[in-house]
Amino acid sequence: MTNHYKIAIIGAGPAGLSAAGRAAFHDQQCNQENNQESNKSGDTDPSYVLLESFDKPAKTIQRYQKGKLVMAEPGYLALRSDFSFEQASREEVLGGWANELVDQNVNIRYNSEVAAISGELGNFTLNFKDGKCLKADNVVIAVGLEGNPRKLGVPGEDLPVVQYTLDDPGACNGETIVVVGAGDSAIENALALAKNNQVYLLNRRDEFSRAKEGNLNAVLKANADENTTLSVYYSTSAQSVSDEENGTYTMVLNTPDGDVSIDCHRIIARLGGIPPRRFVESSGVVFPNAKPGAIPDLSDKYQSNVPGVYIIGSLAGYPLIKQALNQGYDVIEYILGNTIKPADHPLLDLQFKLLPYKKDVDELIRLFQQRIPIFKRMNALQFRELVIESNILVAYEGEMYESVQAKAVHIEKALEKRKQKPKYTKTISAGDYIYREGDYSNSFFTIVEGEVTVDMPGINGQQTYTRGQFFGENSLLSGRPRLGNAIANSNCIIVETPRRIMVKLMNSNDDVREGIDLVFIVRTLQRLFAPNLSSDELVKFAGAAELRTFKPGEVIFKEGDKGQSLHFMRSGSVTLSRMTDDKDIVVAQYQTGKIIGQMALMGDAARRETATANVFSETIELTNEILYRILEADTSTIESFQDNASSSAILHTRMEVRPEIGSVTDFLMDEGLGEATNCLIIDESLCVGCDNCEKACAETHGGISRLDREAGTSFANVHVPFSCRHCAQPHCMKDCPPNAIHRSASGEVHIDGSCIGCGNCETNCPYSAIKLAYDAPKKPGLFAWLFLGKGDGPGEEAHYSPSKEAKDKGKKAVKCDACMDLPSGPACVNSCPTGAAMRMSPDQFIELVEKR
Amino acid sequence: MHQNMLDYKGKRYFYISLALVAVCVGIFMSQGALFAANGGTWQGYVLGTVGAGLICWLMALGIRKRSYASTLGPLNGWASAHIYLGTSLLIIATLHCAAQFGLNIHTLAFVLMTIVILSGFYGLFAYMRYPKIEADNRLEKPRSALFEELSLLNKNVRDLSKKCDGQIQQVVESAIERTAIGGGTIAQLFALDSSKVVSADDTDKASSTTLVANYDQQVVIDLIAKKLPRTRRQGQPALLQQMLSMLCRRQALLRRIRRDIQLQGFMKVWLLFHIPLSVALLFALAIHILSVFYYW
Repeated sequence: MTNHYKIAIIGAGPAGLSAAGRAAFHDQQCNQENNQESNKSGDTDPSYVLLESFDKPAKTIQRYQKGKLVMAEPGYLALRSDFSFEQASREEVLGGWANELVDQNVNIRYNSEVAAISGELGNFTLNFKDGKCLKADNVVIAVGLEGNPRKLGVPGEDLPVVQYTLDDPGACNGETIVVVGAGDSAIENALALAKNNQVYLLNRRDEFSRAKEGNLNAVLKANADENTTLSVYYSTSAQSVSDEENGTYTMVLNTPDGDVSIDCHRIIARLGGIPPRRFVESSGVVFPNAKPGAIPDLSDKYQSNVPGVYIIGSLAGYPLIKQALNQGYDVIEYILGNTIKPADHPLLDLQFKLLPYKKDVDELIRLFQQRIPIFKRMNALQFRELVIESNILVAYEGEMYESVQAKAVHIEKALEKRKQKPKYTKTISAGDYIYREGDYSNSFFTIVEGEVTVDMPGINGQQTYTRGQFFGENSLLSGRPRLGNAIANSNCIIVETPRRIMVKLMNSNDDVREGIDLVFIVRTLQRLFAPNLSSDELVKFAGAAELRTFKPGEVIFKEGDKGQSLHFMRSGSVTLSRMTDDKDIVVAQYQTGKIIGQMALMGDAARRETATANVFSETIELTNEILYRILEADTSTIESFQDNASSSAILHTRMEVRPEIGSVTDFLMDEGLGEATNCLIIDESLCVGCDNCEKACAETHGGISRLDREAGTSFANVHVPFSCRHCAQPHCMKDCPPNAIHRSASGEVHIDGSCIGCGNCETNCPYSAIKLAYDAPKKPGLFAWLFLGKGDGPGEEAHYSPSKEAKDKGKKAVKCDACMDLPSGPACVNSCPTGAAMRMSPDQFIELVEKR
Repeated sequence: MHQNMLDYKGKRYFYISLALVAVCVGIFMSQGALFAANGGTWQGYVLGTVGAGLICWLMALGIRKRSYASTLGPLNGWASAHIYLGTSLLIIATLHCAAQFGLNIHTLAFVLMTIVILSGFYGLFAYMRYPKIEADNRLEKPRSALFEELSLLNKNVRDLSKKCDGQIQQVVESAIERTAIGGGTIAQLFALDSSKVVSADDTDKASSTTLVANYDQQVVIDLIAKKLPRTRRQGQPALLQQMLSMLCRRQALLRRIRRDIQLQGFMKVWLLFHIPLSVALLFALAIHILSVFYYW
């Protein structure tokens, strides 16, 4: 047997198996051709070898829990591999692959752990742990990440109570177990363990943005169900692990509500893997930075900086099985010099279809990534995914626009038949608005070509953003409506990425997060304090500004403290209170976009108020020193800044002398209205309880009312019923698997027809504003009811049980859409006979409470 | 901010109604002293037409109220206009008939109209006055919360009574069982309380116990209070004290609930007159107009 192969594939996971399967296919073809030519039968030696350190293929999947369902995400991507794969149990998937390994006569060597790679293209040497070696022209590294788990990173992480894998959850019974992590493996472990144990699942963030749909639904459902023994801690991190004298262990958690200690028998950390860096580096592959999660730079053909060394699978930054299988197929074709298009090629082709380029998809995707610095450091594969999920906007002028529009109609027609319609280039007319001031969109825009004009309030003249720059970060980060209008100039090409994708990217890629944060601060400084300074000048100040986050109830600054900074509120809501006669009196509440603590700058060294976050809030803290330097460089805003401070001082003092008003504000904030944008407030001194608001809601929304007037709380005759407040950063939109919840440009948060009835939004809404309901039958018209006696009349309670169709369709989520489709405006308000019902934004609260 | 029906848009419909009345008075005055003013002059016909139009429009509120997606302005504005224009109708109709009354269908229509408008005045009064009183009475909780509190109290009282002697247990159980809330229209409006309780003297008998009135739960409270200083069993005084305080809380809660039902009644009872009589008015009006033209 030869010891020099054309291709050595390291790791027999999905990527490696698929690569070996492809190589085997080519060998077989070769054999057939040779046999036909020479009329002989018999096979030549294989040109490749698949090396596996374990005694079975797909070690990671072997270690999955028994019977675990292996999911086949992402759904929109076609599978291209010699190995089959669809959603099935772990055993079915592995069994299928084991058969295919035999059928395809794959040349696999088990128990062969590669320790180091050396050499160059055409002459690599692979040294095994046991001292043997072999040679290969090309090396495909498909080792994955699971072999090198990320540690807890807190004191006590090495205690025996902490484990990083879980083979059989059935082996644990009656234990208290803490599972750390927000990925699929953490969720799956937690769910399986919860059957027989008390399980706490720790999520560092406030949502499960990395999890697959099925897992996401399951964990949210389990967490919402009080009967399960699984509870999730959000925005919580581990602080320490210690062993107690009695043999148990205590884990201290850092939760939004303070520290929590849990006595536990077991801690399972599923925090993903760290690339087996030393091994990969031994071959000469370079990583872009020293961060443990860094992914090596790869070409779009998976080739690393070392010619002949290819990296695929999760080590290349793509953890999904289907993608790994596709990559295994592709990489062999590339090595053999065959030019094939990747499996996601058709999706990208559609996205680029109407662009004014004569380049092919691969060239274009490279061009896009090169042009946008913020995305440059992304892995090429991740970037492809981002483009597939984004809208590609292109602006044309005049005749050109007309002709491209005609093409767009053709594409639309061709795609009509497809079940899941993929995206294609969005054409707009030059001079069109990309967004308008006050629009509630929150996507993120990057410019690939041309220019975009933005007129920002507070800044004289228009800002022009050009190739490589981004905009729209303000609404992305704050959830507030757009500031200023963005207008597309001729021939500009823009990538519009949905907030969901950006949040995922920012959570996983620090470079992107830091880049966006920095620009956000620069532009905020420019808008508020220094419209005459250029971005370049402001960058040095921006570096000194600190981004701070506050949990609900956390104090930002205290009355009497020495004030040395001000806070610009990037998101959330804050209450200011003063201590008067030993009583804490609320004097103001401020939302995103406002400045608090500016008096510190005006020579009043002591804080006059205590500032407390009502909801999770982010601020940018600027020290006096930095601000003085900014204001020295640009004196144009000092006057308005001082005026602003004067009016706040008046307001705060006016509120202070009427404490009863402050208590109403306090009530509204306690009700979570600090994060509202449009909420229903009922004046109890006017409400006669006729429920016409609820009736109107039901009658205008398919027979199901989305508000519950009587429920909810009241204070000082202000009643806050159960009804959607259209939050600045809607909780319901966080985890919607079909992405069915949208925010319209005018701010209404609504659910479209693609709802699957999973109930995530209902669980996530802290205000009971969403419910699941069957479709209600249609009611007769007023006259049909009046004269023909058909069914229940207008406003009458409908007596029905759901029809068969409604039951087949299942319950779907329903919520207030603020009657965005009704020209009459919100039906609840429009139908209140006594003027008791009103919808308002928090800006109007001052007026509301001052009237009390 | 919130605007009540009278203040809607700076009392817009008050001024409109005032202008309408002024115009109508002008028309009426134009009859001078030459003819005896009545519905038969051209001025009378004009005023009658205005009045009939107003009646039809005022009644259209019932349709507007049920047209939930109506683009004809908010219902609050309609209600405001309904009040002011309805009031003006009283003057316009009087001008139309020049205060000539008799025992006929024409006067019947006028009387019906007057009752409808007066019941509307009461309705306005109720809508302006009672919501706040009602909300304060409910301690700004929903009515359902009061009932939840009641059922919790009932449960606690029952649990506690099980530790007391058989007589108390029986009386307390019957007091809870026979607590009456609401009832017919009269009972609701007057917050009548027809609660009953088993007579304490009868509790020894195995069957055929007599029920006595337990107005405001006072009988059962009195019984516990009476027993309190006289009990000899160990631990009973503390139990009875606890029972007494719970029953008094229950008494206060029941008062609130009855008051809530009563206030709701005050806000609804006028509609029992306002709506049917306005329909009757519509028929009387139709006959009035037909007969006027028939006997031209």
